[in-house]
Formats: sequence, structure tokens, C-alpha cells
Amino acid sequence: MNLAIVLNVVIQGVLTGLVYGLMALGLSVIFGVVRVVNFAHGEFAVVAMYAAYLLFVTLGLDPLISLFPIAAAFFLVGFLLQASLVNRFVGRSEHEQFILLVGLAIIIVNGLLMIFGPDARPTNLPYSFDSYLLGPLFIDKARVYAAIGALVVSAALFAFFRYTTIGTAIRACADNLTGAAVVGLNVKRLYALTFGLGLACVGAAGALMVTIADASPLLAQAFTLLAFTIVIIGGLGSMTGALVAGILIGVSEALASFFLAPSMKSMFSFALLVAVLVLRPQGLMGRRV
Amino acid sequence: MRDMWSAIPVRGRVMLLALIALLLAAPLALDRYFISVFVLIFYFAFVGQAWNIMMGFAGQLSLGHALYAGVGGYVAALLWFYFGIGPWVGVFAGVAIAAVFGAMIGWLGFRFGIEGVYFALLTIAFAEFTRIAFDNMAFTGGAGGLFLLYDPHRTHEWWNLRGGPLLFYYLGFALAASAAVLTAWLARSRIGYQWIAVREDQEAALSLGVDVFRAKMIAVLISSSMTAVGGVLLTFYYNNLFPGQAFDIGRSIEIILAPIIGGLGTIFGPIVGAFILTPLGEGLIALTAKFGIDVPGTKAVFYGLTLMVIISLRPDGVWPWLKRLLGLTETKS
Amino acid sequence: MSALLTIDAVSKRFRGLVAVDRLRFDVPEGDIFAVIGPNGAGKTTLFNMIAGVFAPDSGSIAFAGERIDGLPPDRICRRGIGRTFQIVRPFPALSVEDNVIVGALLHRHRVDAARAHSHEVLRRLDLYDKRAQRASSLTLPDRKRLEVARALATDPKLLLLDEVMAGLRPTETDRIVAILQELNRETGLTILLIEHVMRAVMALASRILVLHHGAAIAQGTPEQVVRDRAVIDSYLGAEAVS
Repeated sequence: MNLAIVLNVVIQGVLTGLVYGLMALGLSVIFGVVRVVNFAHGEFAVVAMYAAYLLFVTLGLDPLISLFPIAAAFFLVGFLLQASLVNRFVGRSEHEQFILLVGLAIIIVNGLLMIFGPDARPTNLPYSFDSYLLGPLFIDKARVYAAIGALVVSAALFAFFRYTTIGTAIRACADNLTGAAVVGLNVKRLYALTFGLGLACVGAAGALMVTIADASPLLAQAFTLLAFTIVIIGGLGSMTGALVAGILIGVSEALASFFLAPSMKSMFSFALLVAVLVLRPQGLMGRRV
Repeated sequence: MRDMWSAIPVRGRVMLLALIALLLAAPLALDRYFISVFVLIFYFAFVGQAWNIMMGFAGQLSLGHALYAGVGGYVAALLWFYFGIGPWVGVFAGVAIAAVFGAMIGWLGFRFGIEGVYFALLTIAFAEFTRIAFDNMAFTGGAGGLFLLYDPHRTHEWWNLRGGPLLFYYLGFALAASAAVLTAWLARSRIGYQWIAVREDQEAALSLGVDVFRAKMIAVLISSSMTAVGGVLLTFYYNNLFPGQAFDIGRSIEIILAPIIGGLGTIFGPIVGAFILTPLGEGLIALTAKFGIDVPGTKAVFYGLTLMVIISLRPDGVWPWLKRLLGLTETKS
Repeated sequence: MSALLTIDAVSKRFRGLVAVDRLRFDVPEGDIFAVIGPNGAGKTTLFNMIAGVFAPDSGSIAFAGERIDGLPPDRICRRGIGRTFQIVRPFPALSVEDNVIVGALLHRHRVDAARAHSHEVLRRLDLYDKRAQRASSLTLPDRKRLEVARALATDPKLLLLDEVMAGLRPTETDRIVAILQELNRETGLTILLIEHVMRAVMALASRILVLHHGAAIAQGTPEQVVRDRAVIDSYLGAEAVS
């Protein structure tokens, strides 16, 4: 087997994986802090894809730029969604949360289907088919840009949680909810903020995704599962874990797609998910629950 | 059996008998289209009850139930397709294989303490894995699907489930009714109490000596077996199978809609849910078709909306509320 | 009297904290044995080890002559040890009667037999009249009795009671004390209880073990223990000794 080809595939996987990782980061934040099972996660990502697609097609905005207003809009949506609806379900049984968000997911994905139809919509950027040449390696420019974008947004999120007061407050809520409430933190507002941030990540990831994949409602389900798989493998409560697992899944999907068949690429991810659930439920980097 | 019957208030018994009589006689007055809607209602009432046993009683959230329906359907279909073995025999094989899957998932989940969301994701992973596997297996027809050919000379062979909607109507009715009776019986048996204890508080159940692992395994085995039977019914009704449909998470979600809307942990919940959702869904399609709107996804949006509304306003489901309305709540159900 | 329960050099630590330190004592059959001590002394940890919630790090626990340390909670219950929880855990959706039936079903496979036994137990605990009420609608004292009734329905030889008197008024406390004494007298049920309510301890216990920082600082009859200097200093206070 030609090493250069395999290396190409791996690098492809790493870059795509970083975008996956950003999407999963959003879920890690939502699931890890607010403890809500956001089963509409992938659906939101696809909405972002369509948003970026539309902005490109109508205004000519490159997704690398439109990701910012999209992320901001998604932040608002997340904030409002949590504050108005989801908050009533925090603390309710898991299956009730699940059902609420499954309902939302069904509405979103079929709404998209009704509006845009099932055909995939490609976003044909000027650099969509360009590659960087690095010795024997052909690296898609689009993927590199997307990966950089993912890293930038992730870094911003990390910095927010590490260095701002609000970020610390949110981490406190995740660690010890009663304690946080007792010291006077406005948990409801912080939850809304967190949900907003989580969706902002999804929005950014969706916008970036458009540079490497065509927008289609059929991706939504797969993205949701992907996000959960990554979060569990990376470990709940670990943001670094989400990125690392994202890369891992990206690479494994790329390799599986290459060596087996594109339709089989998620099989390995699912097998890995089961293995992690059974053998190491806290994931690679998560805290032991 | 007798004390199950006597547990229903007199009013309820009358209503139930009336309903049964109505359903048995209905095909005389209905046309083919409506009969086919009923077949779907009975199917969802049946598999919904199967899921209700595992979730409503034992409290284990499975979002991959399509796996069992798909496996049951495929095994019976393959036996018919390749060997001419009729579905009344094939169903046993289908059930056996589905039960093996259920046992695997149950063992992995319950032995290793995988609960709640994580267990749900485990079930999804298994269903998805199977879907992709079937997509890529030639002998099952792959992604292109498996077709049980329609032979006009054999439409009277009820033992091979070759027949018109009428056959499936009564079969579906029988299955849905049996499932309700079975669930009622299980609910008041030793395992039923243990299931509820496990669902309500697993630690407390353990401290009372309940073998939680065994109770959960029994639930998943019964649930998966029943669902497989439903899968066989549907397969021989539609005469085709596609992995992308049979194992799809959308199917799994369809299965859980009726019991959730109707009322988890109750006997009549899945039935009420099926009677509400299926006609409304089909009605919506018929309505939009009348106005010339043919937009795929309309029915699903409606289902999604219903889910959100019911879980927000009536998380216990429609049946408990309906029970009160009909004045049937003297005894527990 | 032979020892029904033997705790032999049992220790348990959580990360850096030693919760139970080489504890050693016997509970004779038919006895009512109390474990007292300040909060954090290791009492509930001890209970959890006996009940199988987690295993001791070292040492052994023997019940009716056989080792039980490390067994899971359901096996422990089947061996004949019933327990209540410090914070009561009724099955909220079930009625009082059904709650107890779950316990009774351990040794009875028919629901009607289990129901009959539950009624007996409920009568003993003064809950028979409330048997059709939902467990979630009960007051705290009644929930405590339900907790005891449920554990009792499993026909235990040893009953572990974790602060069952907490939050009860004196009259309610006396009533439960009377019920427990009756049980012990009539059926020979061995009782091991954790308790802070000294009124109940003094009335019930034939022997007391005092724990402090995970170790036994005194052991003996109530009269002995209550006058023990170390116990007074660490827990009871001089006013307790009248």
C-alpha cells in the first residue's frame, strides 16, 4: 500500500475531524453542563449548513466569514430555546428531554426537506477544488481552511471558559450544581448562556462543513449520532476530549471509507462507541462519573 | 384472567366490548384504503406495546427497536425467498434471531451498567451498524432491497400470508389485542412489580433482593421478540424490505410515538396512541394531497409537533387524561 | 448466643479519607445492636458495606457463618439482610401496598401470597389503612414506616435501620420503638441500627457500639457506654448523662 495515499487519507481525516470536533464541542458543552440530551444537535448543524449555503449563493459570502454571524445567530437561538422551553425539562427524566428534542429534530429536518428538497446542495467556492502540494501529499485547501476555522473557534471557546468569570461560573455549574446555586450563581441564565454557546459552536461547525460537504437534510441524523459518539468517546466533561475524539473519528471514517467502502465508514465509529460504553464509559479524557 | 377482567370498572368493560365488536365488524363497511390504515394502526399498537413493556414498565430506553422489526422481517423474508418456508414458521426463526440481538444488547448494557442516554445510544449504534451491514450484504438484497414477489395465483394462501388487506387486518387486530392482554397479565405478575421497582429506583429494588439484571433481560427479550413478530407482519404485508428503511432510526422513532403519546406504562396507552397518530398522519397526507400539496415531510413535521406538545403538556400521555374524562379511574391500570 | 453478623477488621478509605478503620464487632442473634457516633464517623459507610453497596478494602464480613463482603445488594438481601435508607426511597408511582409487595415477592412467587404477607406487615407497622395511597403522598413518618415495612416484607433475619427515627416527633419515635421491640420479641428479628436519637437507642439497644473517625471508641451495654468518658467527650456531651 502506497504510504503517501494512506497519509493523504489520514490528513484528510484529521482536518475533517477537527470540524466534527467543533460540532461535538458544542454538544459537550450542552450535555456536559446543562445535562440536556440535545438530540437535535445534528439538525441544527444542517440548518447552519443551509444558512451558509444561502449566504454564499445570495450574497457571495465565504463560509469562513459567514460563520461569525451564523454562530452569533445560533447563540441567540440557543439562549432563547433554553430559557423558554428546554429549561422546563432540566431535571425531568431523560426520556422526556430526549423526546422533546427528537420532536424538535424531526420538525427541523423535515422542515428543511420541505423547503429545500432532498437533493444535496453543493457550495462551489473558488477554492473548492484546490489543493496544497506538500511533497507527495495533496491536501484540500478547503479542508485546511475549515480546520483552521474550527481551531480558531475552539480556541476562543477554551479561552472563554478558562479566562472569563462567566466561563468559570458555567464550569462551576457543571461541577456542583447545588454549590453553584448556593453561592448565588443565576443557574437559569448560565444554562441559557451555555446552550447558546453550544449552539454557536454547532452553527460555526455547520458553516465550516459546507466547504467540504454538500448541504442535505439527510446528513442531520448522521451528524447527531456522530456528535454523541465523539462526545462519549472523548469523555463527557472534557472539551479537549471532544476535539481529540473528533480527530480520531475523522481519521477512522476516512480510513474506513478508503479501505472498505464509503457507505461503511460509520460502522467503525459505532463499534468504537460500543467498545467505549462497555469498557471505558468515561471516555478517553472524561472525568470518572 | 378473570381478575384482570374484574379489575376493569363496568363502564370500561362495556366500552371495551363495544370497541372490540366494532373493530371486528368494521371491515364490512370500510373500503380497502381505510382497512389498510387500520392495519397500520394495529401494527403500531402492537409494536408500541412491545416497546412499552421495555420502557414503560422496566424503564429501559431503547431507540433502536427498528433493529428487531427489521431482523424479524428479514429472517422470515429470506426463508421465504430462498427456501419457500412460510412466515408462520419463519416467524419463529425471526423471533429467535431478534431475541439474540436483544440479549446481546441487554447483556452489554446491563452487565456493564450502561444506563439512560448511554443505553439509548447503544441501541442506536446496534441498529445503525446492522443497517449498514445489510446495505452491504448481497444475499439480503443489499441497499437495493429484498422483494417478495406478488403472485396473483397465490393470493389465497393465508398460511403464507399471501392475501389482501383483510387478512392483515384481522391478524393485526389479533396481535394488538393479544399484546394488550399479555401486557396486562405481565403488569400484575411478579415480574411486572419487579420491573416497576427497577424503573422507579434501581438501588432500592436491589436492596429488596430484586434481581435487577434478570428483570431487565426478561424485559428486553420479550420486547425484542414481540417487535420481531410485528416486523414479519409488516414485511409480508408490504412485500419488500430496504435496510435504509427497515433499520432506520426514523422507524425506531415511529415505534415509540404511539406509546409515548398514548401513555407509557399503561396497557391502553399504545393502543390509544396508535388510534390517534396513525389516522391523523394518514389524514394529513390525504388532506394535503387533496389541495395538490405533495411535500414530503409534512406528516413527519406533524408528528414532531405532536411529540413536543404532548411531552410538554401531557407527559403521562393522552390515555390517563382520557380515562379520567371517561370516568374510568376507579381502579388502577 | 451465636453471632449472626461478624465484622472482622473491616476498613474502607475514600481517596485520602479513612472512613472505617479496622472495625471489629459481633452482633449476636436476636439482639438489638445500635451504632452511634458523630456525623462522619463512618456509620453509613459501615452499613453500605454490610448491605453490599460497596466492598470493604480489607477485612471480612460474615453473616450466619458465611462471608458476605463483596456480594451485591440483591444477593445480600436474599441471604437474609434487609435495609432501610437514611433518605427514604419509596417507589413513588406505586401504592403503599404495592411497595411492600415488591419486598414480599422476594420469597413468594405468587402475587396474591405476597399481597397477603404485605397486609400482615402493614398491619404491624400501622400502615394497613393507608395501603391504597400512593407512596408519594405519605407524610415523612409514614414514609419511614413504609421503608421499614418494605424491608421487613423480605423476611430478613437481620434488619439494618439507618437513622429511621430522624425527623420524627417523640410520640412517633416511641411508636416505632414499640413496634421494633415487638418484632424482636415475637420473631427474634436481629436489628442493627444507626441512630442519633438517644431516646430510641437507650430504649431499644442491648448493646451499643460508638464510632468516631471510623474507629470503635467504646462498646458495651447502654449504661456502660453512656458513662464512658471518651464517648461523652466526643459525642454525647456532659448533659446527656443524667
